[in-house]
Amino acid sequence: MISCKKRAKYTFLLPFLLIFFVISSAFAQTPEQSQTGTAGVTPGAETPAAGGGGAADAALIENGQTLFKNNCTQCHSVGSDVVVGPGLRDVHKRRNQAWLLKWIKNSSALIQSGDKDAVAVFNQYNKQQMPSFAFSDDELNSIIAYIKSASETPENVQSAPNEGPERAEAGKNVGTDAVGSVGGYVDLLLVVLVVVLIVLVATLLIIAAVLKNYLKSKGDLTGAEQEMLERRTNFANIYKSKAVRVIVGLIVVVVLVDISIDKVMGIGIHQGYAPRQPIAFSHKLHAGDHQINCNYCHTSVYKSSSANIPSANICMNCHSQIKKESPEIQKIYRAIENNKPIEWIRVHNLPDLAYFNHSQHTKVGGVECQTCHGPIETMEVVAQYSPLTMGWCIDCHRNTPLNTEGNAYYDNLVKLHEKQSKGAFVVASNGGTECSKCHY
Amino acid sequence: MQETIKYWRGVEELNNTPEFQKHAHNEFPEFLPVSEANGGDSSSPVAPRRDFLKLLGFGVAAATLASCESPVRKAIPYLHKPEEVEPGIPNWYASTYFMGDIYNPVLVKTREGRPIKIEGNNLSPITQGATHARSQASLLNLYDNNRLKGPVAKKQPTSWEKIDQEIRTRLTGVQGRVVLVSNTIISPSTKTVIREFGAQFPAFEHVTYDANSASALLRANGGVVPGYDFSKARTIVSIGADFLGTWISPVEYSKQYIVNRKVTADRPVMSRHFQFESFLSMTGANADVRIPIKPSEYSAVVAAIYNRVAAGTGGTPIQAPNTAYAKQVERAATELLASRGAALVVSDSNDPAVQTLVTAINTALGANGTTINTAVPSFVRQGDDARMLRLINDMNNGAVGAVIFYGANPVYDHPLSQQVVNGLKKVGVKISFADREDETAAHVDYICPDNHYLESWNDFEPKRGFLGLAQPTITPIFNTRQAQDSLLKWTGSTTDFYTVIQRTWSGIVGGGAAWDRAVHDGLATGTTGANEPTAPAAPLTLAAAAVSINRGGRAGKGTELVIYEKVAIGAGQHTNNPWLQEMSDPTTKATWDNYVTISSAMANQLGVEQNDMLRVTANGKSIELPALIQPGQAQGTIGIAIGYGRTHAGQAGNNVGANVYPLVTVAGDSLIFANNVEIAKAGGDRPIAQTQTHHTVMGRIVVQESTLAKYQKDPKSVTEYVRIATPDGPQKPQKVSLWQDYEYKNHHWGMVIDLNSCIGCGTCTVSCQIENNVAVVGKQEVLNRRDMQWLRIDRYYSSDATREDGGFEKMENPSENPQVIFQPMLCQHCNHAPCETVCPVAATMHSTEGINQMVYNRCVGTRYCANNCPYKVRRFNWFNYANNEKFDYQMNNDLGKMVLNPDVTVRSRGVMEKCSFCVQRIQYGKLEAKKDGRRPKDGEIVTACAQACPTNAIIFGDMLDPNSQISQILKREQGERAFHVLEELNTQPNVTYLTKIRNLA
Repeated sequence: MISCKKRAKYTFLLPFLLIFFVISSAFAQTPEQSQTGTAGVTPGAETPAAGGGGAADAALIENGQTLFKNNCTQCHSVGSDVVVGPGLRDVHKRRNQAWLLKWIKNSSALIQSGDKDAVAVFNQYNKQQMPSFAFSDDELNSIIAYIKSASETPENVQSAPNEGPERAEAGKNVGTDAVGSVGGYVDLLLVVLVVVLIVLVATLLIIAAVLKNYLKSKGDLTGAEQEMLERRTNFANIYKSKAVRVIVGLIVVVVLVDISIDKVMGIGIHQGYAPRQPIAFSHKLHAGDHQINCNYCHTSVYKSSSANIPSANICMNCHSQIKKESPEIQKIYRAIENNKPIEWIRVHNLPDLAYFNHSQHTKVGGVECQTCHGPIETMEVVAQYSPLTMGWCIDCHRNTPLNTEGNAYYDNLVKLHEKQSKGAFVVASNGGTECSKCHY
Repeated sequence: MQETIKYWRGVEELNNTPEFQKHAHNEFPEFLPVSEANGGDSSSPVAPRRDFLKLLGFGVAAATLASCESPVRKAIPYLHKPEEVEPGIPNWYASTYFMGDIYNPVLVKTREGRPIKIEGNNLSPITQGATHARSQASLLNLYDNNRLKGPVAKKQPTSWEKIDQEIRTRLTGVQGRVVLVSNTIISPSTKTVIREFGAQFPAFEHVTYDANSASALLRANGGVVPGYDFSKARTIVSIGADFLGTWISPVEYSKQYIVNRKVTADRPVMSRHFQFESFLSMTGANADVRIPIKPSEYSAVVAAIYNRVAAGTGGTPIQAPNTAYAKQVERAATELLASRGAALVVSDSNDPAVQTLVTAINTALGANGTTINTAVPSFVRQGDDARMLRLINDMNNGAVGAVIFYGANPVYDHPLSQQVVNGLKKVGVKISFADREDETAAHVDYICPDNHYLESWNDFEPKRGFLGLAQPTITPIFNTRQAQDSLLKWTGSTTDFYTVIQRTWSGIVGGGAAWDRAVHDGLATGTTGANEPTAPAAPLTLAAAAVSINRGGRAGKGTELVIYEKVAIGAGQHTNNPWLQEMSDPTTKATWDNYVTISSAMANQLGVEQNDMLRVTANGKSIELPALIQPGQAQGTIGIAIGYGRTHAGQAGNNVGANVYPLVTVAGDSLIFANNVEIAKAGGDRPIAQTQTHHTVMGRIVVQESTLAKYQKDPKSVTEYVRIATPDGPQKPQKVSLWQDYEYKNHHWGMVIDLNSCIGCGTCTVSCQIENNVAVVGKQEVLNRRDMQWLRIDRYYSSDATREDGGFEKMENPSENPQVIFQPMLCQHCNHAPCETVCPVAATMHSTEGINQMVYNRCVGTRYCANNCPYKVRRFNWFNYANNEKFDYQMNNDLGKMVLNPDVTVRSRGVMEKCSFCVQRIQYGKLEAKKDGRRPKDGEIVTACAQACPTNAIIFGDMLDPNSQISQILKREQGERAFHVLEELNTQPNVTYLTKIRNLA
């Protein structure tokens, strides 16, 4: 009977315990959540330029500059220095527009047609084939306009390389520092809390000591009171106390359950998975130090559902000239010679039941590569940065405002949303958390 | 020399005890304690059950733990990425389907270099974007593992060099005539190649025959198929011709036919269609007036129509036998005369006399220049029965030195199959271009497998002035070579067939950019003259036709057999296609078999029930097939489909059904696809796998129909709308609702199905199956009612009985000659979906775009949703159909899997699935629009079924877009023909049907 009663007495502790764990686990999760949250919100640094007010020319040049950076800088500078191909300073004076268009669209055809200039250029630069670009005439004109304007500015040699790192700097801030700042804030809060608690405990101890001394000095205490004053805390009693045992036992059980649930839920999540690749390709070197645009190699990232892994001939665009002797690059040569494709190890594995489309996120959503892939430009070996769980996807869809600007698809929807709701027009408000958006 | 130190394993070895010796060579004294033997004796070394369970437990635990570690997955990029291939982005190529049956310009969708879907080519003036089930499914023939993997010489695999050398040597020394036997070839360049090949021999002949012959039609029309234009016809009379399903050019004719079958309140006119036929064909099912007649009565009916028309137009009548259908003939002929200049008569009879009269009727009615475009005759049938029969004779006489089979398989599909086999033994050199070792190829010396048409260049001239191109969409999968290239090689030519085509076309479309344009479009206009008949047999005179008809002869006693072609299987070239085998026949709804269709009266007379085996005997041959009781079958007749009973087709097609070709009548120079047969019970039964076994609607308004007269009087009177009794009087069901309505802001996808346009051809079902990776389940599972098709076509027969006649039981029986109505049934995407509310795990949900979503990865397989769905459109995966050798169709081997759509999940066992409104296409279309920064255009996003429909019966679109076609139709038809199935349940479907209107006489 008694034991029953006693047990009943302790049960009131259970809810407290539970609350404690809920809070603590919530705390444990906060940094992670806010991390993805902020990372997700990061707007694309490269949202398509919406024709910034000024003259059409400026827009044309700006457009050309973007295209040039994304497609040409790997081999050409706008100065007079040779990278792989010739420097393009004043190229519009050297060649006429029609010739340039033909050359860029399909240089090999032009060479084969026996064009004298084309053959001369081809021979001059070690018979290095320039890849064909499927630009429209308008796009080509904008590139040429950009080259024109760049040739006219005398300082272009200086300014061109400077601009890259700056942009990358900005990207980096978005990727890591934003995350770090949120983490640091929480840490600081904890430290302050701990300090406050320590001060509190110290103050209490001091007050107790002062009171004790005062009472002792009073001297007119009864025996019982004296005894109480002299009594020291008996730790053995705490240890023997059933209440404490039950609480500690419960804590242990709950912690174990929590850990095992955590571990079980973690099965199949490969955050941080960084397998050794057959070729030690460094994203840090290419995307970080050399500022090669992701799109240069992963050509379909803005067009297709998959951001393709580049084929060996894309590597050869540069590496037929650069670093030919490196043993890693020799592996590419060997692959081409043996006609055996390179078998990379897949880092990001989504289950087949989930449909993911890169272009939806990059082109339409304007999401930066780093938002999901992390600071890829600092990775020597690519690691899976995000958990790629459904919770992670949904979180982002719930918090990220839709990139609706300048997209006529959304015009009416934005108006409707503004009429009905004060909240942000996030992906989820447009049905972005519905099953059939990803599962079919 | 140092002494080797010796170690002992123990004292036992040192002492060398007998025990030690016994075990010395038995390192592991007991084998693993698992044995299949039953350990009754405790001393036996068999493991006790407990050990087994322990091991089992350990094994399971270990396997579970091991499986936690995901396998390393590879990502293998191209070495040299082809410029036009982007992973994840489909490429489309224009091509043309023609496998000796149906001309169909198509677009081929390829992903990462493999064709995965075929759709109609909208640019074609002939088919206008329509497709046929066969052209859709022909894709799977490409990935058929039963194709030959390389050339075969005398049953031994060999190389192309060796076989070329051997064949050229043998052909040079050939004694006697060299003959190339083919089905109809409409490729001008192929004909050039054949001509050049033949020129090197002193005697060469190209014999063309068609398994389902149209010889008589050609003979009566100067060697060509008349350029029928059903779109100009107000009165159509067909005597046996299934022109919507199988006859000559069904895709083209469906498209034309439907022009005058669509009605709106503004234009309430329709053509009237009379059909005289023996077997209830798909075309007969669509006719306004259908008269079942015996095949032997065709001639009398045609003669009677001719006489009536001649009388009305001042022609010369002929002496005609009496017909029992004078009244119906009179009505048909009167209408034909009334719509002179807009009347058309067609017949599939292979009796030259009948076809002569049909031509005469059309001429008298002024069809030439109106409903028959005389300037553009069709070339898609060129087969000459007489020449083929002569060739069989010649082979047996030893007059043929070499024979080459190209696309033809006479050992299977010619009635004189045995004579062909015997004749082949006397031919010196026998070559086949068959893509597999088929019935004929099994008897030849050399098989030089041809490419699939999706691997080849080819050109076509289906009608005078219209050209088509086929281009390769994939490199040849096996070591095969296009037949034309083989012929060129044996001619000693160094050019390839592609060059020949370019040469043929250069005079017509020009080269350079114009050629590129033609390849891009897949077609062009212009004529080569290659298909013009050279020396057509002289047509019969009317007098001769009259004599032939009055001689009659065939109309004897006994049962008459009519041999017909099925929409799916054709003459046999698609027998090994699991998609087509499992496509349910438009009228019989049967899959995976052929059968004897008999009327219920005859069944009662013979004491036969459905599925009972029958023996059908004629020409001294007999075949055994199960009986299928078919309403609408003419009294005293039975029907059997060709294309079955193949023995060398491949895994899926071998020994399915029985071959009926031997029962075809050989009458003089022509083949008649009918015969007088003896029919008897063979004992036993064989179940026929039908996807629908109830035949009538039992008086419910699941499907609605009305008459044109009523519609013209008041368009609002043709559809019955349900009203629910409420305290405030009768109300629309929507007014009484438990649920809240959804609000749609962005899109609201919907579908309209016009029952007036639906001809029941089943193209949509095949298209859906291909697009959505729907599994083929096989005959047994269809019998178990576990077919997986997301979209089915319900076929209902009318019943003479009403509820007053004796309740529902009587109403279950269809009429003797029923009216037929087709209703495509798919997930209705209800706004108040009964399935959504019962799912315990929320695996089926409603989207903000009106789609009823099905989430496979959430589904736990309770099947509550299927139970609660009033439309019965949900399909449960009872098995894992992929990678399961029990279902060895296309999803069980690497080659077959190449046809799968990479954008759609292959469902696993234990999950529910159903129509998704092709959500992958919706998502793709929306994304394309978003990328361009615009709203999706109407018609840009269409489901696979709507895309495939040859009659535009299915319209899909955004109901929120006021300018979309679907919104316009719904606005127009609201309260007139638009209705929802089972509206009284207040499910509020997003699929709307339009009432069928019949132009009853």
